[in-house]
Amino acid sequence: MQLMSERITRDEVAHVADLARLALSSDELDRFTTQLSDVLEHAADVEALDLSDVEPMAHPLPLVNVLRPDAIVRSVDRDAVLAEAPDVEEDQFRVPTILGDQP
Amino acid sequence: MRATELAEAVRSGERSATEVLDEYLERIEKRNAELNAFVHLDEDRARARAAAIDETVAAGQDPGPLAGVPVALKDNMCRAGEPTTCGSRILGDWRPPFDATVTSRLSAAGAVIVGKTNMDEFAMGSSTENSAYGPTRNPHDISRVPGGSSGGSAASVAADLVPLALGSDTGGSIRQPAAFCGVVGVKPTYGAVSRYGLVAFASSLDQIGPLAANVADSALCLDVIAGHDPLDSTSVPDHFVPVSPAVDAGVEGMRIGFVSQLGSGSDGVGGIDPEIDAAAKRAATALEEAGATVGEASIPASVYGLSAYYLIAPAEASSNLARYDGVRYGARVDAKTTAEMMVATRTAGFGDEVKRRIMLGTYALSAGYYDAYYDKAQRVRTLMAREFASAYESFDVLISPTAPTAAFKLGERTADPMTMYVNDVCTIPANLTGDPAMSVPFGNNSAGLPIGVQVIAPALGEFDMFRVAGAIEEALR
Amino acid sequence: MTDSVQEWEVVIGLEVHCELNTASKLFCGCANVFGDEPNTNICPTCLGLPGSLPVVNEAAVTKAMTLGRALGCTVSNSIFARKNYFYPDMPKDYQVTQYEEPTNSDGELALGDGSIVQIERAHIEEDTGKTTHVGGDGRIHGAGHSLVDYNRAGVPLVEIVSRPVIRSARQAKTYVEELRAVVLAIDVSDARMDQGSMRVDANVSVRPVGSDELRTRSEVKNINSLRSLGLAIEYETRRHIDLYEAGESPLQQTRHWDEAAGRTRDGRSKEDADDYRYFAEPDLVPLEPTQAQIAAIDESLPPSPALRRTRLAEAVGVDPADVAIVVMRGQDQLALDAVGIGADGAKTLARIENELAVEDWSAITADALADVVTRETTGKLSATQAKHVIAGLVEAGGTVDEVVATLGIASVDSGELVGMLDALIEQHEDEWARLADGDRKLQGFFVGQIMQLTNGQADGKIVQTLIAERLR
Repeated sequence: MQLMSERITRDEVAHVADLARLALSSDELDRFTTQLSDVLEHAADVEALDLSDVEPMAHPLPLVNVLRPDAIVRSVDRDAVLAEAPDVEEDQFRVPTILGDQP
Repeated sequence: MRATELAEAVRSGERSATEVLDEYLERIEKRNAELNAFVHLDEDRARARAAAIDETVAAGQDPGPLAGVPVALKDNMCRAGEPTTCGSRILGDWRPPFDATVTSRLSAAGAVIVGKTNMDEFAMGSSTENSAYGPTRNPHDISRVPGGSSGGSAASVAADLVPLALGSDTGGSIRQPAAFCGVVGVKPTYGAVSRYGLVAFASSLDQIGPLAANVADSALCLDVIAGHDPLDSTSVPDHFVPVSPAVDAGVEGMRIGFVSQLGSGSDGVGGIDPEIDAAAKRAATALEEAGATVGEASIPASVYGLSAYYLIAPAEASSNLARYDGVRYGARVDAKTTAEMMVATRTAGFGDEVKRRIMLGTYALSAGYYDAYYDKAQRVRTLMAREFASAYESFDVLISPTAPTAAFKLGERTADPMTMYVNDVCTIPANLTGDPAMSVPFGNNSAGLPIGVQVIAPALGEFDMFRVAGAIEEALR
Repeated sequence: MTDSVQEWEVVIGLEVHCELNTASKLFCGCANVFGDEPNTNICPTCLGLPGSLPVVNEAAVTKAMTLGRALGCTVSNSIFARKNYFYPDMPKDYQVTQYEEPTNSDGELALGDGSIVQIERAHIEEDTGKTTHVGGDGRIHGAGHSLVDYNRAGVPLVEIVSRPVIRSARQAKTYVEELRAVVLAIDVSDARMDQGSMRVDANVSVRPVGSDELRTRSEVKNINSLRSLGLAIEYETRRHIDLYEAGESPLQQTRHWDEAAGRTRDGRSKEDADDYRYFAEPDLVPLEPTQAQIAAIDESLPPSPALRRTRLAEAVGVDPADVAIVVMRGQDQLALDAVGIGADGAKTLARIENELAVEDWSAITADALADVVTRETTGKLSATQAKHVIAGLVEAGGTVDEVVATLGIASVDSGELVGMLDALIEQHEDEWARLADGDRKLQGFFVGQIMQLTNGQADGKIVQTLIAERLR
């Protein structure tokens, strides 16, 4: 039996925060590690189930092939969208310099 | 006044939509400061809309089934040009350039949308305390929470600030606050009401539904908002069978099962207040007296619902909430590089509960843990759906308590997330299976706080669900 | 150089992205066009606005399956997945793609050189927006800022993933050319590398000849032309070999082709880059094509370029590789028809390849083409005249006689002119020899003589050309 505090380590929480683009203070890291461990400890019941003969369910309803015709539909005005943007230049969304490439 | 009666009065010209609206706006003016149910009022548009409806009536035309009925939207539903904040700082003063399908449907039916109601940030919570706009209070006792995450909608209906409101329900967010506030709250079948324009929390679980003071009003509203929408790929293609006629249809000959695991028995999910369990059983007895047969239904997988839910919902949320990155809309915290700007924006923009769930979901999906957590949780859904299907062979409809306890005090459960999460234990199964479920008020506890009884039906079984809900309500009269 | 020279073999797998030429985007009704004003083809869905939802474009699925079948793939039930990572050109900060259950899998492509490249999968996904760097030194890593245009976001793509069975830069180029021919033949994409509607990423590794191991690979991106593809593969191959020979190993990483410098450069190899947290896209439902649908697609497929090359090559009597261009341009039926009428095969092929390298050649008929070629091979038209006539036919259509009349070639039969020139050369042997030696003045003499003989009816230009041809 694992100890509660070992369900997720502080390093793992830091890694997950990084993946999710969140910065955590040292205090927050401690607190979130405990809290996430509690939730994962509760989830241990599910983790322990043998459900190899049960299919996973991604959708509550068995719908397939929901398609739309290939037709052009004009919807929103560019200016209305750009008016909501934090920063705009030459009708484009302006962002600070980008380090690193598209993966 | 009931929404059904209000609409009739406006349609017949007996009352004007403007006069009705003024009456409700006055009540909002009086009580909202204390309750904090509304975060945004669209008074000017509402007045213009009411005046237009009055003109329609004067011209001898029918404005529709919700003629002149004031309606509130939970603040995660889009209305073109109006702020949509989801109770979060990160959306800033974002105004969507489009209407949610429910917004268009309400307007087309003659409803007057008065504004947006408070909610837990991105619908993550069970108390409406996780809002950037401060907590909403329960009209029955302002030291207590209204439940959540649709707490603003539930409180606004309970305090009669509007006769109807829409909420969204991912793990119980319509039904639990309905129970806490003593109103009716409906989570329709997954796909019965379009999600287009509902800001996503967990896409495979989210459903929009009505909150109302009585079963007939909730039926009227559901009949307006339900139906196929080509803009939502997960929308049910079938015609939605109207439920209004079901409310008074009675339960003669129906087979009703009490879900034993959702009661206070030892094989159950645990933590159910015996007083609430007793109320749900009294409702069962009342249904028996009304002509139904009542038995005990068993859904053993119910005990895994909470765990499965708190893996699936955060996983989907971690992806759905990635787009709040400060690039295209909403708030931005400036920084030297785009990556740093994204981190700074998200760190400042999200509250703790949202961060917790994003991290939990990211973890559940990440390499090495996917099979143990996310995949396993999705299999629990199948298991649960099988057990429900087998219960529906013996029963037409199932009942249970809506929430394990009545409304608790503000601040009582904010320190430990798990104590908050267990609030959803009775409501989660219907989200995991996609089945319709609703909460109907059934008296008060010894402290005078409202108690809700949950009615669950098979997918697209809303008609039977409303027969039972109508009979439970009738039994209290 | 060390004494024992290790021989190396390159192992290449290609990922080719093709933008499908649908009218609208993959999940919304925005127009799918290249080159519009920034952010004019956007809507809540392709901008990922809160509350928006995707609905799959039926034509995109049909085109993707058509491509799959043209590549001999199995078309299966499929689901969409979310690939999660943060990047400003991706509106939702996840990409909707297919992961574990793609629409097309296990195909192959037969190349003109006789080799066969196995295809692992050809899945459907959405394109990203476009980021432009402003200020700094113009490169993305410099100072300054960037601007994002989401017109391309949500454009439907098919990513065709080959197995690592390609063994040379040349074969890689042939494979991409062939893929392009297939895509054009079934009209599912413009397949223009210069506009990015066809993009190639190359996975490159090397291993000792004779070994069947798969060593660490680098993925080269930002390849904008076939030429760059070859250069990038050659550069990367050399780099890997040099590293191994220096006792080092390459890193598994993404590298970018720097066209100006003629080399690849480090991309990011951030540790989190590979944890994409794929899961089934809950906003979309599975695709389950019926057997009837797949059969209808098979029915609709035109003959493959490989088959068309063989057919034309046999009709003309040349090697299949020699008809590749004509087949890629879709002019093989014209050639077959002209040859069927009786035109000389090799000449027909040459005239099509050289004279029909134009956007629109629809005005020329097989009859007219066969007529021109036959007149040329029988000496009734000179080579130059034949070219002029073909240009006229392309321009205005009609019959050869009509074009010849319009161009004024009808006045004197060029066969007649050739005869006159022959006679003149015989009569004026010295003058001809001097002209052949480079005395240009004498050209005028011969032209003048012919003009006299034809009473000025001959086209001076044509006469000059005839002389020039004879001198060659």
